[in-house]
Amino acid sequence: MSLAWVRQLPNTAATFIITLFGLICITFFIGRIVPIDPVAAIVGDKAPQEVYDRVYHELGMDKPAIVQFGKYVLKSIRGDFGTSFVTNRPVLQDIIVFFPATLELATVGILIGIFLGIPAGVVAAVWRDRWIDHLIRIVGLVGYSIPFFWLALVCLFVFYAKLDLVGGPGRLDTFFEDIVPTVTGMLIIDALLAGEWEVLVNALYHLLLPGLLLGYISMAYISRMTRSVMLEQLTKEYMITARVKGLGEIHIVFHHALRNAMIPMITVIALTYGYLLEGSVLLETIFAWPGLGNYIASSLLSADMNAVLGGTLLVGTIFIVLNMISDILYRILDPRSR
Amino acid sequence: MESATLYEQRNRKSLWAARLDETRRFWHRFRRHPLGMIGLLIITALILSALFARPLSTHAPFEQSLVDRLQPPGKTFWLGSDELCRDIYSRIMHGTRLTLLIVAIVIVASAPLGLLLGTISGFYGGWTDKILMRITDVFLAIPKLMMALAFVAALGPGIINVAISIALTAWPPYARLARAETLMVRNSDYINAIRMAGASSFRIVFFHVVPMCLSSVIVRMSFDMSQTILIAAGLGFIGLGPQPPSPEWGAMVAAGRRFILSQYWVSTMPGIAIFVVSLGFNFMGDALRDLLDPHQKGAS
Repeated sequence: MSLAWVRQLPNTAATFIITLFGLICITFFIGRIVPIDPVAAIVGDKAPQEVYDRVYHELGMDKPAIVQFGKYVLKSIRGDFGTSFVTNRPVLQDIIVFFPATLELATVGILIGIFLGIPAGVVAAVWRDRWIDHLIRIVGLVGYSIPFFWLALVCLFVFYAKLDLVGGPGRLDTFFEDIVPTVTGMLIIDALLAGEWEVLVNALYHLLLPGLLLGYISMAYISRMTRSVMLEQLTKEYMITARVKGLGEIHIVFHHALRNAMIPMITVIALTYGYLLEGSVLLETIFAWPGLGNYIASSLLSADMNAVLGGTLLVGTIFIVLNMISDILYRILDPRSR
Repeated sequence: MESATLYEQRNRKSLWAARLDETRRFWHRFRRHPLGMIGLLIITALILSALFARPLSTHAPFEQSLVDRLQPPGKTFWLGSDELCRDIYSRIMHGTRLTLLIVAIVIVASAPLGLLLGTISGFYGGWTDKILMRITDVFLAIPKLMMALAFVAALGPGIINVAISIALTAWPPYARLARAETLMVRNSDYINAIRMAGASSFRIVFFHVVPMCLSSVIVRMSFDMSQTILIAAGLGFIGLGPQPPSPEWGAMVAAGRRFILSQYWVSTMPGIAIFVVSLGFNFMGDALRDLLDPHQKGAS
């Protein structure tokens, strides 16, 4: 493995910084076009003029826009997203508290998506145009077109209310709350570390439905992409050569075609992971899952712009980082791009 | 030699005849695609419902009373009634107008913009290309739903704001697509030929390069429309879309959440509507892609 990708790193870093900067610009712009007067939001309607002027000065709003923007950029880099109106804590602290829950959910979702979606895509590609292919494609298409907040609602109704198969909203039953000390914020890991098996089981019970739903959505997309990438590989000439050589079909499909197909799949998986993070916004409101998505959604409804923009900035940054990692991995693994 | 105008007229007539013939052949090929036909049916039903919502509804969508609230689907209320005794079927019918409006605004706002930026960027190259592509990359790297959420949060709820927010995040893929196509045809012989004949850059781009991009753009548009519907419904669900009593489907699902345990139809029916319409656009997109882009290694 040559180190040509190392030489590309400055390029990648530059792209990363520019994209991040663009994201900050956009969030700054959104924050400024809010028709709410931020000073009035703090001091209220009836404040005397001197108080208004003082807060105006303290917020730095009398400085020119460029200076405000520069300050915003510096603050964002330091992680200072301001204070949330609702919780009265720094937004960054709120995010640190809420983020692991979303991370847990998205990770479960992507794992299900990978372990179900990739084999499904391979099967669909190998037995192309047979009934199994059509079935997998339809299941994927349904997952792609369904409004997942509605699916979540229906599943909650059927599997929790009617059949009582899965845990209800929230991460734990109230009985089990606050038993496990928070180490990583992810209940599964924390419960394992503390050795509290009942809490672990209950947490899994609650994780089941939202995790499966996110898994279904990611599986739909991943199986679609795997199928098309595998199809591309299966029609290449080396397949004929391998068969003529006498290699077994399974060996060819898994050892050669799949390995080549996996390279573009890295980008797809990274993108899907980011997609799950943003899709959790709706899902978390339904399952009362105390994660980043829920935080952003409730801040939205309270017009807490600091929190909304901070959360958006974080999710956007994760997106960009995922893109960059997948770019680098792609260049490491694909010999043709060197 | 014939006069110049007669020659042009003859050419124009044969050009239109050729186009008509091509359209007919395309239609015959499309007809053999079962999923595509289903998609077309769904979209036609959507458009007809939007146009003829009033005659097709059984009740007025905003009429409230407290007498027949939360009735299950039956003879008077085909899909049931909600907590204010409004007929869900009629509200869904009237909601098709909102859906169609949002989709139309998003497409009209995002696709031409993306096309324009992409073709200009690909055609002129150099610094224009670099700068425009960086801007496109920034917008592409940003999660769509989050951006739409943040924009609507800033601008306030309402149907136009929802459409604008979605459009602002939807244009980059078109730009990328247009740029790729432009790069492919930029140096081909026929472009060089018309350039030598004295065609201005504007003419080349507008009349010759853009039509080449159209097939990929149309496929993309179809998939985009289905995603737009889902995002708009999601925003409506959170409460950032058209405000009540507007019969927006996402908001209807949210309103029915309270009764999900016993009166499931209030949430389920609008959700099915969203699902069916989104599916229809996806089917169409699949079929169009199979027909228009056989060489593209797109997803399936």
